[in-house]
Amino acid sequence: MSSSSSADVRPTLAVWKFASCDGCQLSLLDCESELLALAGAVRIAHFTEMSRATVDGPYDISLVEGSITTPDDAERIKEVRSSSRYLVTIGACAATGGVQALRNFAEPGSYARIVYAHPEYLQTLETSTPISAHVPVDYELHGCPIDRGQLLEVLLAFLAGRRPVIAGHSVCQECKARATVCLLVANATACLGPVTRAGCGALCPSIGRGCFGCFGPSDSANTPSLAARLRSLGTSDDDLVRLLQTFNAAAPAFRDEAIHSTPVRLARSGGQSKSGVEQ
Amino acid sequence: MAKSNNPSVSSKVQLGEVVVLRLDGLDSLVARLTALGFETKGPVVRDGAVVPGPITGVADLPVGVHDEQAPGSYRLTRGDDGRLFDWAVGPGSWKAEFFPPSQEVWRAVKVGDSMQFTESAPLAPLAIVGARPCETAALDVLDRVLKDGAHRDPVYADRREGAFVAVVECATPASTCFCSSMGTGPGIEGGFDLALTEIDDARGHRFVVRAGSDAGVEVLSVLAHEEALDEDLEARGRVLDQAAARMGRQLQTEGLASLLARNVEHPRWADVAERCLSCANCTLVCPTCFCSDVRDTSDLDGTLERRRVWSSCFDLEHSYLHGGAVRTSASSRYRQWMTHKLSTWWDQFDTSGCVGCGRCIAWCPVGIDITEEAAFIAASDGATPANAVSKASAP
Repeated sequence: MSSSSSADVRPTLAVWKFASCDGCQLSLLDCESELLALAGAVRIAHFTEMSRATVDGPYDISLVEGSITTPDDAERIKEVRSSSRYLVTIGACAATGGVQALRNFAEPGSYARIVYAHPEYLQTLETSTPISAHVPVDYELHGCPIDRGQLLEVLLAFLAGRRPVIAGHSVCQECKARATVCLLVANATACLGPVTRAGCGALCPSIGRGCFGCFGPSDSANTPSLAARLRSLGTSDDDLVRLLQTFNAAAPAFRDEAIHSTPVRLARSGGQSKSGVEQ
Repeated sequence: MAKSNNPSVSSKVQLGEVVVLRLDGLDSLVARLTALGFETKGPVVRDGAVVPGPITGVADLPVGVHDEQAPGSYRLTRGDDGRLFDWAVGPGSWKAEFFPPSQEVWRAVKVGDSMQFTESAPLAPLAIVGARPCETAALDVLDRVLKDGAHRDPVYADRREGAFVAVVECATPASTCFCSSMGTGPGIEGGFDLALTEIDDARGHRFVVRAGSDAGVEVLSVLAHEEALDEDLEARGRVLDQAAARMGRQLQTEGLASLLARNVEHPRWADVAERCLSCANCTLVCPTCFCSDVRDTSDLDGTLERRRVWSSCFDLEHSYLHGGAVRTSASSRYRQWMTHKLSTWWDQFDTSGCVGCGRCIAWCPVGIDITEEAAFIAASDGATPANAVSKASAP
């Protein structure tokens, strides 16, 4: 239990985990130079990666990591929502279902049978779904993992009572702002930057690697057009599907094009996936 | 035997006089500008492209580098010819030097109930060696918006007025270039401090140089130069003629502004939208696009900052008014960009917003070609979604 006095007027912050790897909530601890100042501005009331000491709700702001994959979690998220003034989701899992949403395209239970010796002990849902499919969400932070600068921005905006300054446009704008030469145009590199949400600062292209879409689709993503271009530059359908089905497999703008690229394999027709994981 | 130029001299050059510089003279030009306190920049090769960068001499320039450009494609090739400027413009325009992607407007620290503002340190004046004619034309277009119009931008204007610009005329336009159509190249007749033409023939590798300003006269006069002969002027003429003949594209500009203004319902806009990624690359490589956003941030330590950042009419947020964005479709955004560039820019600034550099064609990831889109609409003038079948498929 907390030892804080009742005179503490700091807004309370809670961090919740659903189906996820914890990487996004650890971004909060990665705010090294700002962490003490942040802890002075908000009362970190529930963050079990940091401390077992927790404070009962309600909470002023909840950060929710992970997707909904079990019946229990589908109920628990409703409790989190009802005890939170603001609910902000953090990361690709919470925003789009994450890498675990690959199960949405496979025969129900097929992944669990590969991973677990006794999948019959598991109680899971057939799909991995974003938080917004279950409860109203006030703000979504994208990325796998999220950008800690964006996390701070959301918290600072909350504290200042202003709108977060976070863009929904493409990664291309971040490449151009830092004068990175376009890998797609100058090197025919398969890059999802033109359809991917900015936020990472165009990290991968700056070291010569094509964007693999970890922030999910931008707010105006035209994935079919980019996919057609990448195919004409030599990207195979298999590679295209892998590119689109990594961290945000179930985001509609990526999902639909991936299904279009491999209609037979991805349809839930009972066939086993050919992905390396299952072979 | 060909006449040789007079031996190198350093003598007072007259405004408009034509002289010849050799490679060491070009080296001296860069050194002289730097010695005068300029931050000297020019074209350099980085990550497979010719882009603006710091230079200290000829060795930093794209020696023997050539380019192959096409819609959505850009590649550099290397030769052993030693030529320095045998390439067309790359992705980075000089716009970014005067109108940076992110610029501090003000910065303050909250102390109690008041705010203490801090000024950022001024930049050293900029000297550019190796801008192309289309690029100085683009800066002239930007000047009308940010310097000479009703709303003078002090940061842009100060940097621009303090800058020294040595242009190098274009000898090898790319397949994406159409400056001839826009009247902005391949040669240049004004709006520079120095204008150079690279010539490499039987009489040697040299530059025909003209001074276009007092600052240009002053710098050129102290460099070892030679008197230009008739042969040098003829060689320059041949370079420009060959360049014009190599122009890869053209844009029919006559009546273009009104053509686009009366075709706002043309079905071609929806066709472009099928291809357009709304990624904004065209606007960010465009040397005249000037849209920006203002962003305020607050920090935990009480630091407040306002920055001006590049924005784009392809952003959904760009047209955000209370309640939502006005231009939600890609077709409306592409139409906004192209009609502004080629049509309403005239109403606003009495000039075209396009200089024919071709960057938007080469750096569009899916290769959308503004000249092709304009030609299509011209060939199916008056088509509407209702009569699209009969007219839009015409060309």
